[in-house]
Amino acid sequence: MKQAEEVTKLSPANVPDEWFTFIEVDKTEAETVSRPSLSYWKDAWRRLRKNKMAMMGLVFLVLLTFMAIFGPMMTPYDVNVQDRPNQYQPPSAEHWFGTDNMGRDVFTRTWYGARISLFVGFVAAIIDVFIGIIWGGISGYKGGRTDNIMMRIIEILYGIPSLLVTILLLVVFGPSLFTIILALAITGWVGMARIVRGQVLQIKNYEFVQASKSYGAKSGRIIRKHLLPNTMGPIIVQMTLSIPTAIFAEAFLSFIGLGVQAPYASWGVMANDSLGAILSGNWWTLFFPAFFISFTMFAFNVLGDGLQDALDPRLRK
Amino acid sequence: MFRYILKRLLIALITLWIIVTITFVLMVSVPGSPFNSEQTSNEAIQANLEAHYNLDKPYHIQYLLYLKSIATLDLGPSIKQPSQTVNDLLGRGFPISFELGMVTIIVAVISGILLGILSALRHNGIIDYLAMGFAVLGISIPNFILATFLIQQLAVNLKIFPVATWSSPMHMVLPVIALATGPMAIIARLTRSSMLEVLTQDYIKMARAKGLSPWKITIKHALRNALMPVVTIMGTLLAGILTGTFVIEQIFAIPGMGKYFVESVNQRDYPVIMGTTVFYSAFLIFMLLLVDIAYGILDPRIKLHKKEGGEG
Repeated sequence: MKQAEEVTKLSPANVPDEWFTFIEVDKTEAETVSRPSLSYWKDAWRRLRKNKMAMMGLVFLVLLTFMAIFGPMMTPYDVNVQDRPNQYQPPSAEHWFGTDNMGRDVFTRTWYGARISLFVGFVAAIIDVFIGIIWGGISGYKGGRTDNIMMRIIEILYGIPSLLVTILLLVVFGPSLFTIILALAITGWVGMARIVRGQVLQIKNYEFVQASKSYGAKSGRIIRKHLLPNTMGPIIVQMTLSIPTAIFAEAFLSFIGLGVQAPYASWGVMANDSLGAILSGNWWTLFFPAFFISFTMFAFNVLGDGLQDALDPRLRK
Repeated sequence: MFRYILKRLLIALITLWIIVTITFVLMVSVPGSPFNSEQTSNEAIQANLEAHYNLDKPYHIQYLLYLKSIATLDLGPSIKQPSQTVNDLLGRGFPISFELGMVTIIVAVISGILLGILSALRHNGIIDYLAMGFAVLGISIPNFILATFLIQQLAVNLKIFPVATWSSPMHMVLPVIALATGPMAIIARLTRSSMLEVLTQDYIKMARAKGLSPWKITIKHALRNALMPVVTIMGTLLAGILTGTFVIEQIFAIPGMGKYFVESVNQRDYPVIMGTTVFYSAFLIFMLLLVDIAYGILDPRIKLHKKEGGEG
């Protein structure tokens, strides 16, 4: 009771010193970071994981890649062996996705198609990135006259209808996987170059780049250490969006008869083969390739959207 | 403004010239003569034919002749159908393709913008989610898949619309839906995101503070600025619709230019391939030019920028 009374009477002035204990602060510890640092990529991954649609797309693509590799091994059927007596079998225990007009197993062919689509998409996108970074990087970094000339060239190329040129190339050099990828790459890098240039142009004027330059950093170091890492986000987003474009282009070309030829089977070829079948009600021959083309493009699109949000530090909450 | 248009025109002409040159080089580098197929076996006939089509002349002369014929709008004869010229085929096919393309673009622009505005105004609401889900689907489903699906469901099973050909407005419904869905989805997404950006601007708050009706703010102040990105992407969309007509016309058996083009590709009818490619490209470049000019008129900043450096 008495003590409590004493406490209430206390004011800051008459607090006895012995009530306090001195906490030692280790000056050397002050600069260490107590938690693991959250790098740009970790942060992006953390935010991407919260995006359900994007994760769904990612999971689908991982599964698709898995099936593209192992799917054809799960069936005893060969992708191209024709079995006329067994044509247009509906989906069953023997043929999970049914058989097509030549009696070929649709399940096996679907995963072969996945191989083609993913291969075309990735290779075309990687070539796009490669040319786009070099062209856009030089154009944006050099600036001035170089930039002017390089951008005029881009403007001229931009007006060329890419699918038409692709068709021409395929007509001349004959349809093959190599020609398709080459044709897509020749026409596809323009968008990537524009994005890289825009980014580089913006970043090279930021203070941290100027600071690095004033410390005597050479162009090579600035490009490698500052410009490229900061351009990576938009590049990856553009890549996830250019992969479905390439997949669409391959399916489109196959559909009009200019795509991959046997022994390859692509989704576009399968859809084209089954055009007649839908009128007779054999829906599965069209359904499976159509579903997988659409869903693969869907997966890449939602993943791209998710990445766009996740990789943009300005959208960080 | 005049200088801007002149510059665009120059770029358009160079692009066209490059396309003509690429086309020429590619067609000349095709192995063998177009006439050593099943049609002609006699060497003398073949030589005569080649002389008739100037194929015996050196390449640079052929190139100049080709440039001249394009400049005079004469795209030459068809090899596989000797009674037809490429101009005949285009004259017959183009009006139909043009109609299909124009109806498609009008449908895509109107419905895309409406959908975009609606989801921007109901941001994160149920309408927004539905519309954007629909839009992602629309972007993901290739037009030829959508076309076959529509034929199967609406034409074969339910028999609401005719399966194919091109003779009445009812015939237009399915091809237009198949072609317009993709561009519509792209426009809707673009309109939505730029609307959302514009709606947070100070001048919108100002308009609201003045007491303008939400309707007037949306239409007069927000939409006008939000549509700028849509105008920029019109060129790409037009190119997509244009190439889309190839397959759509093929699937629906519409006697347009795309059908002739795909046929000529399959038959390796080189003059027709060259002619249609050049014509398509010229048309597309012309449209891109119009889009650029429209952009220049709509965006006052273009006029001030004599030296453009910052666009990316």
